[in-house]
Amino acid sequence: MDWEVVIGLEVHAQLNTATKIFCGCPTTFGAEPNSHTCPVCLAMPGALPVLNEAAVDKAIAFGLAIGAELNRHSVFARKNYFYPDLPKGYQISQYELPVVGKGRLTVQMADGSEKVIGVTRAHLEEDAGKSLHEAFVGQTGIDLNRAGTPLLEIVSEPDMRSSAEAVAYLKKLHALVRYLEICDGNMQEGSFRCDANVSLRRPGAPFGTRAEIKNLNSFRFLEKAIEYEILRQKDILESGGSIVQETRLYDANRDETRSMRNKEEANDYRYFPDPDLLPLVLAEARIEKVRQSLPELPDAKRERFMQAYQLSAYDAGVLTAGRDLADYYERVADGVEGKLAANWVMGDLLGALNKAGVEIQDCPVSAEKLRLLVQRIEDKTISGKIAKEIFEEIFHQGGEIDAIIDSRGLRQITDVAAIAAMVDEIIAANPQQVAGFRAGKDKLLGFFVGQVMKASQGKANPDQVNALLLERLQKPE
Amino acid sequence: MDLHDFSLRQLREGLQKRDFSAQELTKSLLKRIHTLNPELNAFVTVTEAAALESAAQADARLAKGESGTLLGLPIAHKDIFCTADVPTTCGSKMLKNFVAPYSATVVERLAAEGMVMLGKLNMDEFAMGSSNETSYFGPVRNPWNTEMVPGGSSGGSAAAVAAGLVPVATGTDTGGSIRQPAALCGITGIKPTYGRVSRYGMIAFASSLDQGGAMARSAEDCALLLSAMAAHDPRDSTSHPAAASDFLRGLDRPLQGLRVGVPEEFFGEGLDPEVAAAVQAGIDQLAKQGASIQSIRLPNNPHAVSTYYVLAPAEASSNLSRFDGVRYTHRSSAAESLDDLYLQSRYEGFGAEVRRRILVGTYVLSAGYYDAYYLKAQQVRSLIREDFRRAFAEVDVIVGPTTPEPAFPLGAKNADPVAMYLADIYTIAVNLAGIPALSLPCGFTQSGLPIGMQLMGDYFADDLLLNVAHRYQQESDWHLARPNLKAGEA
Repeated sequence: MDWEVVIGLEVHAQLNTATKIFCGCPTTFGAEPNSHTCPVCLAMPGALPVLNEAAVDKAIAFGLAIGAELNRHSVFARKNYFYPDLPKGYQISQYELPVVGKGRLTVQMADGSEKVIGVTRAHLEEDAGKSLHEAFVGQTGIDLNRAGTPLLEIVSEPDMRSSAEAVAYLKKLHALVRYLEICDGNMQEGSFRCDANVSLRRPGAPFGTRAEIKNLNSFRFLEKAIEYEILRQKDILESGGSIVQETRLYDANRDETRSMRNKEEANDYRYFPDPDLLPLVLAEARIEKVRQSLPELPDAKRERFMQAYQLSAYDAGVLTAGRDLADYYERVADGVEGKLAANWVMGDLLGALNKAGVEIQDCPVSAEKLRLLVQRIEDKTISGKIAKEIFEEIFHQGGEIDAIIDSRGLRQITDVAAIAAMVDEIIAANPQQVAGFRAGKDKLLGFFVGQVMKASQGKANPDQVNALLLERLQKPE
Repeated sequence: MDLHDFSLRQLREGLQKRDFSAQELTKSLLKRIHTLNPELNAFVTVTEAAALESAAQADARLAKGESGTLLGLPIAHKDIFCTADVPTTCGSKMLKNFVAPYSATVVERLAAEGMVMLGKLNMDEFAMGSSNETSYFGPVRNPWNTEMVPGGSSGGSAAAVAAGLVPVATGTDTGGSIRQPAALCGITGIKPTYGRVSRYGMIAFASSLDQGGAMARSAEDCALLLSAMAAHDPRDSTSHPAAASDFLRGLDRPLQGLRVGVPEEFFGEGLDPEVAAAVQAGIDQLAKQGASIQSIRLPNNPHAVSTYYVLAPAEASSNLSRFDGVRYTHRSSAAESLDDLYLQSRYEGFGAEVRRRILVGTYVLSAGYYDAYYLKAQQVRSLIREDFRRAFAEVDVIVGPTTPEPAFPLGAKNADPVAMYLADIYTIAVNLAGIPALSLPCGFTQSGLPIGMQLMGDYFADDLLLNVAHRYQQESDWHLARPNLKAGEA
């Protein structure tokens, strides 16, 4: 009998507010250690937290986007534990009453199927600082710049059944927070982090014991860590062992997970409501105001792309996976045929970006330029083949499309007389093939087209070449 | 009468009329502090140079014709309020060398008024205690009898004001820490409505109960000081938007028609007969001034102490986690690992009472005990609040004793924490409810120890309490009595 994999994800999205969640310090990354601190985030005696309302609005936006219940009354709680980069000795978080309740996210799988993943809750909390072990021999440095950075912790239901579903969910979530502009989604800098709870069970059986895997800061690591964990747990279970409930760390260098601490060593966090902060009460008017300010969300955009640009569900899904890509596409497709624009963006453009390791927002070819290229195909100035060459050139070296076409004489030949002359010349030069064609070898048409295109250096309009060839070849001598 | 006996109003008049300068006043009090403090131990830090400097600035402003209500008047702060550039110890070895880079909102506000800070006042360690004996810097002695405790935790504030070292002082009150020492030292002290006075920069003991307040030799001086302290503070989320008020306005309203409730629960077992008699006489005096007296019930008051000793330690156990040996606190030199650093630093830095409360608080918040202790205590807290709500539907002010007995001898209760906790049996319910309360002198024992009477009011009735106390003090002279100290020359 087979094993069923059960996966739930906890995602920490750093909210992109200008200042920290409980004080006025900036949240910018990479500053001199401890320069973005004040008595509040240093936990000096008598310093008190004051909630950053912008963080709340971002949490509301997220809740609305996943169709979640927004708790009109939520409570900040203290999670107590000692660690040097946690200056208060407790983290302010939300425990029993989170600001965002149950919601859901629909993910599209590669085979075109859809799956709804439940979101249990999302709550506001503060990030801890960083312990720096490398630079100090026999000592640990503490950098509290990150302490107090606002986080939205998004907890899913254990609804995923494969690493592919987990990755699809995480990608969808990643796209969503960027659509909403509540998180920069930078996984390298840790602005979007993920822990995975993985367990196995026999289909239909109750949930098995889970392991929590930490430190998954890329989609690939999430996939690999889950795959490793499935094999590890399967080995244990099939050899008659049982899974220990524990926290495991994913080591990307060795591609394995290893135990960090087990349940017995787990902290008793002694949660209780933070008496320094009033309960968070959401007024209807505030929720409504955030709702009005929401951008078009990925699912709605996908539907619209299918309608407005006549795209397949798959194409629309790829193009709306990220807000930057979707915006780019819409600028390309403005005034040209949607499907042709989609082919160019998804094919040549994404291919080139991938190969160069460049993100869409840093794309060297502007959407307007790509649109012009598509227009030059549509107005028959150049052929698709020439267009690909021009694209390669402007992607790597830059340059203006029309100037390149003119200076290199790439303009498509559409003059009937000129094409006819070339066609006649080829027919005259290849009597054997002409005879073959006329004897019924239809496939030889391709040979003639190739010869004419070659003679025209690829510039002859292929449709015209085709038509003229057929006309001349089928006409008896 | 000497300067050290003057009320704030008299001092202000003297400064305005140039009878004396702020510098002369400051010097005179500093001299008295130097003479009397070695025995009383009320001050842990005397900021002589800074005091003279701000007195000189006050004189310059007075010379320019400025007439701020508190300009040039002396004050000292309980050492729980952070003061930029001056050590803030909170009575603990843990913060022995701590100098805050900022001042508490209260300190800032009073400095902005032009008040002259003479120094920082001794207190029970982290405000945990009712006798001032838990201070790392040694006990404060009661000016009325130096063998006796001054009460706590604002014992340094009460003793300094009673001894005339300073006319007014700040205090904080989590379960009675302003009112109990005020009663034991024969002065007037008000714990305002929760949210009146900013807690920013005031080192937290139990955040939902802590409230800063004023301690002085009269209700009028308390009103003057509190008017400058109370204000909404955007840096404190629990600060009330309507916190600010002029408490002098309405101070003279007559007591005609005032409805006074006397809770039966405050006059039961454990109440010293001399205290009972003096408080009864105080109530009679209010009746004579036009108040109507009626008996009321606060049925859940007997649960207040046990409720408090779950909730306050729970919050404290978390609030005191920041004192971890990592940053600005005492750090053990014996530690060999991270866990050891925490354990040793905290063991060495905290005194026995603080450690006891951290242990209790950690226990009641632990998995498996939270519901039985913390949650249950919160439920009882609601009942206690409800008691007051019902009572204030019928009466304007509740009156009773502040403490069950007068000042007790140093060391008398150190071996028995529960006996010590019962010193706050009448004051604690007020903090659990968040309502304002005030203690004022209403008599003396035969052995010459002061007795305090407590007035409790509904939310934001701070002005009414000050009004009642002021009118009472217009018709009585208990608050004018002064301890006999061997420093007549000062």
